[in-house]
Amino acid sequence: MKLTLKVWRQKNSKAKGELESYQVEASEHMSFLEMMDVLNEQLIAEKKSPIAFDHDCREGICGSCSMTINGSPHGPQTGTTTCQLHMRKFKDGDTIVVEPWRSKVFPVIKDLTVDRSAFDRIIQSGGYISVNTGQAPDGNAIPIEKDLASNAFDAAACIGCGACVAACPNGSAMLFTAAKVSHLNQLPQGEVEKTRRTASMVAQMDKEGFGMCSNVGACEAECPKEISIEHIARMNRDYVASIFGGRKS
Amino acid sequence: MNLDSKIPAGALGDKWTDYKAKMPLVAPNNKRRLDVIVIGTGLAGASAAATMGELGYNVKAFTFHDSPRRAHSIAAQGGINAAKNYQNDGDSVYRLFYDTIKGGDYRSREANVHRLAEVSADIIDQCVAQGVPFAREYGGLLENRSFGGVQVSRTFYARGQTGQQLLIGAYQALSRQISTGQVTMYNRHEMMDLVMVDGKARGIIARNLLTGELERHAAHCVVLATGGYGNVFYLSTNAMGSNVTAAWRAVKKGALMANPCFTQIHPTCIPVSGDYQSKLTLMSESLRNDGRVWVPKKKEDAVAIREGKKTALDIPEGDRDYYLERRYPAFGNLVPRDVASRAAKVACDEGNGVAPTGLAVFLDFASAIQRYGKSAAHSQGLDENNKALVTKLGEQVVEEKYGNLFEMYEKISGENPYKFPMKIYPAVHYTMGGLWVDYNLQTNVEGLFALGECNFSDHGANRLGASALMQGLADGYFVIPYTIGTFLSKEIRTPQIANDTPEFMKAEQDTKSRIQSLANSSGSQSVESFHRRLGKIMWEYCGMSRSADGLTKARKMVRELRDEFYKDVFVPGDADEYNPELEKALRVADFMEHGELMILDALDREESCGGHFREEYVTEDGEAKRNDTDFTYVSAWEWDDNDPKLHKEDLVFDNVELKTRSYK
Repeated sequence: MKLTLKVWRQKNSKAKGELESYQVEASEHMSFLEMMDVLNEQLIAEKKSPIAFDHDCREGICGSCSMTINGSPHGPQTGTTTCQLHMRKFKDGDTIVVEPWRSKVFPVIKDLTVDRSAFDRIIQSGGYISVNTGQAPDGNAIPIEKDLASNAFDAAACIGCGACVAACPNGSAMLFTAAKVSHLNQLPQGEVEKTRRTASMVAQMDKEGFGMCSNVGACEAECPKEISIEHIARMNRDYVASIFGGRKS
Repeated sequence: MNLDSKIPAGALGDKWTDYKAKMPLVAPNNKRRLDVIVIGTGLAGASAAATMGELGYNVKAFTFHDSPRRAHSIAAQGGINAAKNYQNDGDSVYRLFYDTIKGGDYRSREANVHRLAEVSADIIDQCVAQGVPFAREYGGLLENRSFGGVQVSRTFYARGQTGQQLLIGAYQALSRQISTGQVTMYNRHEMMDLVMVDGKARGIIARNLLTGELERHAAHCVVLATGGYGNVFYLSTNAMGSNVTAAWRAVKKGALMANPCFTQIHPTCIPVSGDYQSKLTLMSESLRNDGRVWVPKKKEDAVAIREGKKTALDIPEGDRDYYLERRYPAFGNLVPRDVASRAAKVACDEGNGVAPTGLAVFLDFASAIQRYGKSAAHSQGLDENNKALVTKLGEQVVEEKYGNLFEMYEKISGENPYKFPMKIYPAVHYTMGGLWVDYNLQTNVEGLFALGECNFSDHGANRLGASALMQGLADGYFVIPYTIGTFLSKEIRTPQIANDTPEFMKAEQDTKSRIQSLANSSGSQSVESFHRRLGKIMWEYCGMSRSADGLTKARKMVRELRDEFYKDVFVPGDADEYNPELEKALRVADFMEHGELMILDALDREESCGGHFREEYVTEDGEAKRNDTDFTYVSAWEWDDNDPKLHKEDLVFDNVELKTRSYK
């Protein structure tokens, strides 16, 4: 298949970027990133600068890849990261626009690579259970209901890619933050620190400059791990409880 | 060189307990004055950095990723072993130890492996306490499944994303230490060199990948947890960035590389489909719990499937060869990885492979779907003879167990694995070899430690499934926090290490020259093209089967390729900017040398054991033929550009009798 690619090129964080057009020949069995590899090999052969993009595991789990494809974070296929998106989802002759995540909190480093360190700082502000190595009781000491464990898992499946922020018209990081809050607050092990965790992580999220949530739901629609906005509701409930005192919610 | 493994005296089961009782401690006031550098933030690195931070050491942690959470441990799917015996099926510390020694084909150290089995149970407790959402039974207790090479169910799992959940647990523990300032985190920094002062590892030269700037970081000791070198094969299940550079730089400073030829070829990966491919995708070994592996008995059927004239469903039961069940009735589809991989190769070499390339076998869930479906219908009081209903219920059970893997398979292959059997083929997955370490996980270089896949110590010639996560976390949470004290307790009088001494300045200068020589290369071929060619040579001659002739030839080819690389590689961009191609070039350069060492090691080891299969050493029925008389040793290589030198550590088995490994 013959494709026209319009790719965001930006030399560094300070430079002004622009879309550049490229022609590339791809096979429908390629993944989107393999198609980008082919384009980069082509550029290198012409002694031009290859397109920089974050990628690593290429199995949809490390959360590195981060391309806005035709306006959608991770492209047209639901529940799929860029690296797992295959060219069979496109047609011969298509023009595809590839941009970095759109968010002022994720500044462009070069081309399609952005800085997502704000996410790390949100986790550092309370996205953990305070247990030192060696303090743990037996793993079966606290039975956890199967459905509860499964629900916590659904939230914990977040790969920290940032598609939720890129998709949100407000640039909100509510889904990312809520996924971690919900994962930990639901479990008996994490419940102890629930109030402090929720307040602290929300404060950090605001401090980083992420926008407010207005229940648009684009985050859930674009999340490659299909994390539900129900977790935002749970975080809001715990957040309100953290403001009005009382450890119970 | 004297390779002292420093194994404590005493009975096998008492060694670790006695060691802990008698080891030297570092007092809290001294811990505050000691600096530790940790390279890599996967399971081993993140757990080590977090735990040493909790203990009060000043830790500096480095990763080349944009966040510590992205290390490749995250992609591990199947599970983590622990000798909990929650299933009451006869498991014990001894049995986990024994299975690991046997699974490794008697090429690992008894004492290290026993310690691993001992701490395995603590890992599960620790992870549960951190909030890792392991699979649970309806009663709320932890669930287990079985894995290849063992006859008990001791594998804990979190759907098909166990590695992700464990890494997130370690990452969160690390984040907590970063927030208190106990750990300083350096993202997007790559270790370029190890700095030695008076014979001890005292720091590193790191490159800030965003600016290209070189930085000198000093500490009292250096811990490497930088993973394996599977990407030397170009195509592997490793992440794109996984590399040998940090370990190789240590080798260049005198550390020994042990058993480099022991590489694991994983039997269940999605087959190669085209030249554009840059990596392969694993399908978890847990699938072999329920999937049955087969190829058509008749060659004409295999040809028809390859040409698209028939599908798996057209082959009647009697014309299918469930070759693992036929050859290994005791373990069936759950034979260890090396055995399953070689059997797949044999089936395809005989002409019965099923993908267009001829390099694939089927992994079929039809019988599991029927079995689970019947059981579900029975327990719900529904009609067990209603085929459509049973299939539907069975598919639901399978989806619950392996849903994300099936989905991933469908995305990549475009085929529905609930309806058609998966097509799979072996691919490079893990490297058992690594830096030589003693019982303290210290390399032969004083003050330099190696953890996780980066060291050689626990898996011998073949790793059992769900044991990599166990080893990474054992080393990081429960071993290094103790053993590092043996070195650091002698350093309490050493003041902070200065980073502007001649040793640091020279290492920085050397690194600068090395980078410049590649950044200014104006050749005509891309880095990727060299990496691809190196991978082809390694896979062809040092992959699933090896021979003296092939290896000798391969060594020459790798040498020539290396010369050509330095003459004709083209690296776009500059050294003082964010330049992923330059990063790749530096890594490929190290792979070239490391690959040669793997070939030499494979050549030296004139036996077949575990993942190392030499065509000259085979039993009559085609199984690996080990030679315990001459090769019961760890090969530890000292690098020299002309003639690398082999050192041997003899393996002593006091507790386990060396037997021919049989899964029949």
